Amino acid sequence: MTSAPREREIAVVAFAQTDHRRTSDDLSEVEMLMPVLHEVLDRTGLKTADIDFTCSGSSDYLAGRAFSFTLALDGVGAWPPISESHVEMDGAWALYEAWTKLLTGDADTALVYAYGKSSPGSVRDVLTRQLDPYYVAPLWPDSVALAALQAQALIDAGSADEPALAAIASRNRAAATTNPHAQLRGPVPQGGYLVQPLRTGDCPPIGDGAAAVLLAAGDRARELCARPAWIRGIDHRIEAHGLGVRDLTDSPSVRLAAERAGAFERPVDTAELHAPFTAQEIVLRKALRLGEDVHVNPSGGALAAHPIMAAGLIRVGEAAARIHRGASDRALAHATSGPCLQQNLVAVLEGEPR
Amino acid sequence: MSKEPVAVVGIGQTRHVAARRDVSLAGLVREAARRALRDAELTWADVDAVVIGKAPDFFEGVMMPELYLADALGAVGKPMIRVHTAGSVGGSTALVAANLVAARVHGTVLTLAFEKQSESNAMWGLSLPIPFQQPLLAGAGGFFAPHIRAYMRRSGAPETIGALVAYKDRRNALKNPYAHLHEHDITLDRVMSSPMLWDPIRYSETCPSSDGACAMILTDRAGAARAPRPPAWMLGGAMRSEPTLFAGKDFVSPQAGRDCAADVYRQAGITDPRREIDAAEIYVPFSWYEPMWLENLGFAGEGEGWKLTEAGVTELDGDLPVNMSGGVLSTNPIGASGMIRFAEAALQVRGQAGEHQVDGARRVLGHAYGGGSQFFSMWLVGDRPPES
Repeated sequence: MTSAPREREIAVVAFAQTDHRRTSDDLSEVEMLMPVLHEVLDRTGLKTADIDFTCSGSSDYLAGRAFSFTLALDGVGAWPPISESHVEMDGAWALYEAWTKLLTGDADTALVYAYGKSSPGSVRDVLTRQLDPYYVAPLWPDSVALAALQAQALIDAGSADEPALAAIASRNRAAATTNPHAQLRGPVPQGGYLVQPLRTGDCPPIGDGAAAVLLAAGDRARELCARPAWIRGIDHRIEAHGLGVRDLTDSPSVRLAAERAGAFERPVDTAELHAPFTAQEIVLRKALRLGEDVHVNPSGGALAAHPIMAAGLIRVGEAAARIHRGASDRALAHATSGPCLQQNLVAVLEGEPR
Repeated sequence: MSKEPVAVVGIGQTRHVAARRDVSLAGLVREAARRALRDAELTWADVDAVVIGKAPDFFEGVMMPELYLADALGAVGKPMIRVHTAGSVGGSTALVAANLVAARVHGTVLTLAFEKQSESNAMWGLSLPIPFQQPLLAGAGGFFAPHIRAYMRRSGAPETIGALVAYKDRRNALKNPYAHLHEHDITLDRVMSSPMLWDPIRYSETCPSSDGACAMILTDRAGAARAPRPPAWMLGGAMRSEPTLFAGKDFVSPQAGRDCAADVYRQAGITDPRREIDAAEIYVPFSWYEPMWLENLGFAGEGEGWKLTEAGVTELDGDLPVNMSGGVLSTNPIGASGMIRFAEAALQVRGQAGEHQVDGARRVLGHAYGGGSQFFSMWLVGDRPPES
């Protein structure tokens, strides 16, 4: 299946992110987000009043309070009133909503942002509240334990072993040495088992961070960016929630999303994958049919920085930024949500020929 | 490039009650979704994508519950989006879904909003203390009562207006089998003698806490042509937001609400809402918000909204019926409340509102708001497709 051609071309024209840190006790969420919003606007010279639509992604459960996104809105400067929406999802889905808004022609520019602070609580415990509240959540299986089930399934299927996982960890963090925003850079010891077969090194750092992306349509995008990252296709799919009914070694949802986004029509040169755990990169590479020649996670990926709710949007931003600076011509960006890659989004971005 | 017209071809809701102990979260949402599919004479396989909304996850104690609900809503293998824009979310969710159709990303979308408030205590769920933030006091009523006082003072409205609204809405609810409150023995005197909760808001002028879900099937022209029953057509839809608190904010008639309505009217070609719109389902969680929103939405001049209420214009048989379903005052599963307003507007123009049908309703407004009177979402639906 090929993706249907769209009547309107939409591009990522700017991207900004915080330095991702283990804690940000000294900053409120708004204070963490504000510099990123300013930076992404500064890159294009746009002002808040020039933005036609704003959409964000965040989680009340991470913030520990209801309506947490309302405070972040104050940072946007929603006065005079703005056309605005919010998803309780990773910011990559906020970008998807903004993309549909631009497609309708009701908006020419959109600001998308996402933020998450994992440091105030125990994020492994918090994420157990995401599970089936009747049959699974009462057992409190945490995010690392579930990822370990997935890793073990891959090992049992002969698709991975511990040295292969360690190599993924090492490659991502080596790539992160050139990413000033990353939380973990360079050699990191694999360490002992956190939950067998996953060692500390197989798991993402816990940290706080925010990111923002600017979208623009058609000629507006060309005005705002020397080399816009055109969204050639974007799609997302969800799988069953019950782990028992899924094959954890495969990701049919990411494959379908990639198909619908047109990812298989031509090879990509770069892929930014949202794989917080090493073993998940193996699942994604297979489902996305990424060859050895594809530059996977030049940013260091989620193993180098994993601000929950923003990490997926950062993948789109990193892929776009490489196109902006001419380091990529066609890049795939992926975001995930839910236990063991339950929900996946794929975007295909392209720069115009140089 | 023109947008694809969006039609509502299926509507379903649960019977809203204080506590649906007989169903799980999945059972609750499925009940509404299946009714919407049955109304549209479609199956799960006909749905291209699911857009779900609810208010804070703390109300049920499940973080991002759409992940768990994917199976129950037939979303496996499909796109699923979860919207959260505070109390306006039911409306915003429908608009996000409508955009998928308008942008021709999908042909047929299931949109659904729910809240199962019996799983927690909503009033205190809304009142978590936050360091260095102004507290919302005890529940939403504590936040909104001073703004109602400001309206009364500004407009010179008689003290009895709030009770008239509550008395009307609770009587309308008697005609709506899905409404939570069915107070068969309601009298104006009972409303006016009910206990004072947050002065000037009395107990009977306050929304209940409900369990419930509402679902709609939205589709494109081709889908509407196949629909077994008359569709409702979206003529305009918009969202607007402004900050919670800032110097100069008009809590009585927020600019975001006025801008949002103006955008919807512009899209629909409405220049005189009072004459051109036949009825309105407005998010009125506390009785006095009826006259306040009538002004904010342009149905009455500033300080004049209460006169419409007092004159009976907003009664079910009045010239501009408001909250025919019984409104939020009779049913309030918070996350779903906005979508119930949107769905009621669609039911009316489809001529399917049963005992609370307004004769000849051709253009009806659905309205939702949330946060500290800062998030607004609205749509105007009609019995005919938009002229393009």
